[in-house]
Amino acid sequence: MLTHDIVVVGGGPAGMAAAVAAYDAGVKDVVILDRDDALGGILRQCIHNGFGLHKLGRELTGPEYADVYRAEVEKRGIKTYCETTVTGLSHDRVVTAQCREGLLKIQAKAVILAMGCRERSRGALNIPGTRPAGVYSAGTAQKLMNCDGYHVGRRVVILGSGDIGLIMARRMSLEGAHVEAVCELMPYSGGLARNIVQCLEDYGIPLYLSTTVAEIHGRKRVEGVSIARVDEKRRIIEATRRYIPCDTLLLSCGLIPENELTRNAGISIDPITGGALVDENRETDVPGIFACGNVLQVHDLVDYVSEEAEIAGCAAAARVQKGDAGAAFVSTTPGNGVRYVLPQRVHTEGSEDVSLYLRVTQPFGKVRFTVSAGETVLATAVRLKAAPGEMEKITVKSEKLHGVTEPIKVSLEVMA
Amino acid sequence: MNRTLTCIICPRGCTLTVTGEKGALTVTGNSCPKGEQYAVDECTHPVRTVTSVVRVYNREDTMVSVKTSSPIPKEHIFDVMNAIHAARVRAPIAAGTVILTDVYGADVVATKSVD
Repeated sequence: MLTHDIVVVGGGPAGMAAAVAAYDAGVKDVVILDRDDALGGILRQCIHNGFGLHKLGRELTGPEYADVYRAEVEKRGIKTYCETTVTGLSHDRVVTAQCREGLLKIQAKAVILAMGCRERSRGALNIPGTRPAGVYSAGTAQKLMNCDGYHVGRRVVILGSGDIGLIMARRMSLEGAHVEAVCELMPYSGGLARNIVQCLEDYGIPLYLSTTVAEIHGRKRVEGVSIARVDEKRRIIEATRRYIPCDTLLLSCGLIPENELTRNAGISIDPITGGALVDENRETDVPGIFACGNVLQVHDLVDYVSEEAEIAGCAAAARVQKGDAGAAFVSTTPGNGVRYVLPQRVHTEGSEDVSLYLRVTQPFGKVRFTVSAGETVLATAVRLKAAPGEMEKITVKSEKLHGVTEPIKVSLEVMA
Repeated sequence: MNRTLTCIICPRGCTLTVTGEKGALTVTGNSCPKGEQYAVDECTHPVRTVTSVVRVYNREDTMVSVKTSSPIPKEHIFDVMNAIHAARVRAPIAAGTVILTDVYGADVVATKSVD
C-alpha cells in the first residue's frame, strides 16, 4: 500500500485548487487522482468565456481557466495520476483506485473529495415516449461538439434552462442548428440572467416557462417532441399540448453531486444539497475527509468552486500538520425563504470569520437576510434581488460566533 | 430613449436603465463603471466575444477551442463563425496562437494547447 499525506479525488477546478492550496499551506506530499486523460475536468469542454472575472480579475474561457490552475499544479510538482478511477474510499482514508498499471491502494492522512457532478438523465426524469437516438444530456452534447467535433443535431429543443442548457442553445445556434425552444418546468429560469440575454435573446430563441416535454416521438431518431404547459403543481395541462418537429432533445435538468464514494465511506449526506454535510473547513463528519466544489454543492461559478476548494485544501493541510480541530460546533439551518445553508455546522470558537453560502427558495425582489442564533443577530445583508439560480454568501465575524450555543438560522424578509 | 437591459459583463447581471439621446445617454442601476460602458455600447454598437472550435486536421477527432481576442460587432457574429468554420489548423498549437487575423476587428486565437 502506498502512503500520501493528502489524496485529492478529482482533477477538475476544485481538485486542482485544493491541491495547490494544501501544498502552499505546507503539505508537499499531495497527489491528485483523475479518471480522465488530463487535468481540467468539465472546464475542458466549456469553451465559452465568462470564467475568472471574480477570482482572477480577467475574463477567460473554460480551458484557459483550467490551464491557469494546471500550471500551478505543475509548477509545484504535485503528482497527478490520470486515467485513474477511484473505486473505493474507507472511513479510515484508504483510497482504492483502478489505473493503467492495475489496482492502486493509498493510505492518506487526509482525503479531499472533488468529484463534481453528473447530469440528471432522461431515465431519472421519466419523460414518456419512444427511445430514439438524439436525446442527450446538455453536457454530453457539449463534449461531443467542443472536444470531439461532432455535429449533434440540426433542429433542437432544450428542456431545462439551467446555465448549461442556455450555453448549449447559443453554441448549437452558432454551429448552424436551429434551436426551436427552451422549455423550463419552473415558472422562472434556473440560469444566470446574463445567460438568458446573451444565449437566448441574442439568437431569438424562445424560453417557455412552466412548460415541459410531455412526450418524445420518433423511431430510430427523434422526430419531434410534444411540449405542454404545467399547472402550479407541475401537472401537464393536456389542452396546451403541442408538437414541435425536431431531431434532437437536450436535457439540462440539473446536476447531481457524484457521491457514491462519499456514501461508501459512511459520510452523512445533506438531502437538499446532495453533497456531504460539512463544517466551515469543508470537513465531513468523518474526520480527515473533506469535500469541495460541485460534489459538495452545485455552484453557479467556477470562481466560487476554486474559493471553496482553497478552504478545503488549507484545512486538510492543517489537519495533517496539527491533528484534530476538535472544538464546539453548532448546526446551521435554513429559515424563511432559504432552501439550504452550507456549511451545515460551524465551530464557534474559531479565529476566522465564517462565510455562509445559501440559496433562496424562489425569486425575490429586495430582501434582507438575517443570520441569528436564538434571539441574537449575528449578521444581516441586503440584496436588491435574489434568485434560486444565484448563490448568496453572507459572512459572520468570528467574534460574533464566540459563545454561541443555539443553532444558527438564516432567513430572509422581503423589503418594500 | 428609455431602455432596460440586463448587464452581461459579470454574473451579477445588474438591471440597467438607459435614458437620454445618443451622445448623452444616462445609465442607472449599474454596480460598476463596466456596466455603464456596457449599456452605452449596447445602445450604440453592441459587441460580443465569440467562442468556438476549429478542427485540427493532423489529429484524429481533435478540436482546438478558439475565441475572438476582443469583442466583435454583434451583427457580424455569424460572419465570424463562417470564417472560423473555414479554418483548419495543424498541431502542435499553443494556447494564445493567432489562428485568423483581423476578422471584423479582432483576431481568432486558440484557447487551449494541442500537443
